[in-house]
Amino acid sequence: MVSWIRRNIVLILGLLVLLYMYIPNAVVVLMSFNDSSKHRNLYRFQSFTWHNWTGLCDPSGLCHSVMISVWLGLLATLIATVIGTMGAFALVRHDFHGRGAMNMILFLPMASPEIVMGSSLLALFVASGFGGQLGFWTILIAHVMFCLSFVVVTVKSRLAGLDENLEQAAMDLYATPAQTFWRVTFPLVFPGVLGAALLSFSLSFDDFIITNLNAGQTVTFPMYIWGAAQRGVPMQVNVIGTMMLLISLVVVISGEVLSRRRAKMYAAA
Amino acid sequence: MAATEVTETPAPVVAPDAGKRRSLTGYVLILPAAVWLGLFFVVPFYSLLANSLFDPNGSVLTGYKVTYHFANFWHALSDYHGPLLRSLWYAGVATAICLVIGYVLAYAIAMKAGRWKNVLLVLVVAPFFTSFLLRTLSWKLILGDNGWVVNTLQAVHVLGSNGRLLATPVAVIAGITYNFLPFMVLPIYASLEKVDGRLIEAAGDLYASPIRAFGKVTLPLSMPGVVGGTLLTFIPAAGDYINAALLGSPNQRMVGNVIQDLFTTTGDYAAAGALSVILMVIILALVVFYVRKSGTEELL
Amino acid sequence: MSQVPSPAAGGTSEGRDLELTQLTKEFASFTAVKSLDLVVPQGSFFALLGPSGCGKTTTLRMVAGLEQPTSGTIALGGHDITRTKPYRRPINTVFQNYALFPHLTIFENVAFGLKRRGVKQTHPQVQEILQLTELTEQAAKKPAQLSGGQQQRVALARALINRPEVLLLDEPLGALDLKLRRAMQLELKRIQTEVGLTFVHVTHDQEEAMTMADTIAVMNAGVIEQMGSPAELYDNPRTTFVANFLGQSNLVGGKILGADGDSVVVDMQGTKVSVPRQRAHSTSGAGWVGIRPEKVLVAPQGEEIDAPGNHMRDAVIVDASFIGVSTQYVVKMPWGQEMLAFEQNTGRRGVMAPGTKVDVSWRPEFSFLLDASQDVGAGREDA
Repeated sequence: MVSWIRRNIVLILGLLVLLYMYIPNAVVVLMSFNDSSKHRNLYRFQSFTWHNWTGLCDPSGLCHSVMISVWLGLLATLIATVIGTMGAFALVRHDFHGRGAMNMILFLPMASPEIVMGSSLLALFVASGFGGQLGFWTILIAHVMFCLSFVVVTVKSRLAGLDENLEQAAMDLYATPAQTFWRVTFPLVFPGVLGAALLSFSLSFDDFIITNLNAGQTVTFPMYIWGAAQRGVPMQVNVIGTMMLLISLVVVISGEVLSRRRAKMYAAA
Repeated sequence: MAATEVTETPAPVVAPDAGKRRSLTGYVLILPAAVWLGLFFVVPFYSLLANSLFDPNGSVLTGYKVTYHFANFWHALSDYHGPLLRSLWYAGVATAICLVIGYVLAYAIAMKAGRWKNVLLVLVVAPFFTSFLLRTLSWKLILGDNGWVVNTLQAVHVLGSNGRLLATPVAVIAGITYNFLPFMVLPIYASLEKVDGRLIEAAGDLYASPIRAFGKVTLPLSMPGVVGGTLLTFIPAAGDYINAALLGSPNQRMVGNVIQDLFTTTGDYAAAGALSVILMVIILALVVFYVRKSGTEELL
Repeated sequence: MSQVPSPAAGGTSEGRDLELTQLTKEFASFTAVKSLDLVVPQGSFFALLGPSGCGKTTTLRMVAGLEQPTSGTIALGGHDITRTKPYRRPINTVFQNYALFPHLTIFENVAFGLKRRGVKQTHPQVQEILQLTELTEQAAKKPAQLSGGQQQRVALARALINRPEVLLLDEPLGALDLKLRRAMQLELKRIQTEVGLTFVHVTHDQEEAMTMADTIAVMNAGVIEQMGSPAELYDNPRTTFVANFLGQSNLVGGKILGADGDSVVVDMQGTKVSVPRQRAHSTSGAGWVGIRPEKVLVAPQGEEIDAPGNHMRDAVIVDASFIGVSTQYVVKMPWGQEMLAFEQNTGRRGVMAPGTKVDVSWRPEFSFLLDASQDVGAGREDA
């Protein structure tokens, strides 16, 4: 036993770290069944109830904020994924003036503190007279901006790993450039694009700091939690949190199963 | 005679300029992303810079003018050097802790997990799909005054009988550590994954003990991941204010809290702009210094 | 196999040769192919042989249309295809690492070319070609599930099914192990004979080229050094590069004395040796006398050697490696040069130990004479 522990000490420590990462999630799941009706301001487990799940939209504004976040997430993902994928193709497959500068500019948002990006964007909106129109569209602009870098980086690495011989083989086998793209290039890059889209959605859905500065009167889900945290958080937010964990687990694991199958295909290529 | 036995490396098939075509298509493809980032990332920095040079006597109502009032920087520094230094300090400590436990986790996944590698990797990312704020609120509950963590620490006299964790630097640093851990784990994992296992075996074959083999082979080879991970952890951590706001007290105010308040509550755009610029400059300086020091310039 | 597809358009008529004229490809920093002139006769198995970086792959890629020549023309059956898009050329390629589409099954990979050309009913043709390449069982699998040899056959089937006029093979066997490579060499040769297509095969492996090709063009630094049948190139190399790259050669420096009837006489380190005129590629000044190691006969001093002609005494064996079918000797000549000699193990004599004093001889008709202005080490493996 002792020698087994000694041999696997790194693995055991690693799993402990992993376990630690799940502590807050366990609390979120637990609190989604918490009945806080007696002591509204006491944020601790009191008694079990299904009510938070059945009356998900009871707290006013909660479901509305979730809907706003979902729409923001979907739109930001769509825009960032499309123009980010195009950008990745440009950077990997084409040469143009300012390519180096573009690589640098794409890297910078990932290396800037959110508070700085958020406040500069706010400064721009205010300076250009849009200070009074902060809301859904300004948030969307901000979200696409910070998702873009992640999309480009993800798709770029996938594209860089793509054997250009495959495309040449397609051309050699009578595929026109368009057919080559849709039959060979795109299917092979798709997992990267999908990964980038998932990442974008989760970044957008979860963003608080940049959003809060540029939101005006619009309330996203994270902003709802922030506001509620001052008054006493309705337990229903934990239901949303639990659902997000479940959905993401399902999406990521099914993606993993798919990519595992693909990985087998690539093994010898 | 011997020619067939020699497995020659294939000739460089792809010519230096093959596959990279300077054509209109490249510009068309990059244009939307370039415009978006230009308008909403690069230009805003100029606005921010302009803000930092506003006449401090202006207000949101009366409007601001750029007066090249460089004194804004001195005022921001003298008024807020406390939160600024605290941010760097908290972020530094949290990054160090993240490095240690993140390395262990990344190493366990990359080197010891075998075919469970990808599953574990998914499990590292999955908790972070639950809202950042919700998880931080959960820590508030866990570290709460009557929670079992505090009770246990009180029982073993690490904390006094009235001691608490919330509203202390410990809680804030713990929160930051937790929230930015994946930013450390993933880059380290990515570079450990590339380390050729045979190199470690070769080190063992050449009389290196496992610990020496780690120090001489594995660790140096994973340096790009370590540098990338520490940057990706430190930078957002230094700008964060959620942990300080939810787990700390006004005594743990970080620079993010100050900037946020100056922009949204006080409406002092000049000071907020100046402080943001200062934060950005400090971070950039640290990044450049750090990357130079660790000899991994190619990351930039 | 009679059901094997015959070449498409013009398959039976003569004159569908592949013709490269003054073909040149310049990259930013170097010239990969220099004004290449080449005619590949229809139906031949043609090999482009050369070390890595000699320009053979670039040449192939220009023929495939994957690379645009800087100047010069490519014509097929007298028809200029220099600027024709790769997907409009009746030419297919077997890529170096096969470039099988990882997301498609073997069947889909093989059917790819037919589908792109709008063939609706691909099934019968695909089945047929899978049978020819013994891949019927693998049709539903993905490329990664196959062995290297099977992948190689898929790449071949995928190209052959289109009945191209010219099939280009870019180091098609490079990724296989030695034994499999030998088997595939014979297999490829068999298929080529059966389908009767023009094969252009790029390789750095001289043995592979000699086994398979009717005609070999040896390329070096962007130009063709020599072209001919395998036996021609081996027996009568025209440059030191060909002499060294195709098998091994002993090259001994000498002074050319002049022609004497059908021979050219050379003063080789004090010994007068003669070289047949048609193998003498220089007629005055200094020259390299070349002789293949298996043509060099060695015998203990004083013993008679069955090789009248170029005879040298006072040599010493410095190394002997017994390799079963033959023994390879390194012999130090009186003037200090070391020569290689391979002796068949006929059982007539045991292995001579290092230190043995020997006489060395070879028949003059086996030797060749090269211009001494060339680098003696060109094309050598250790060079």
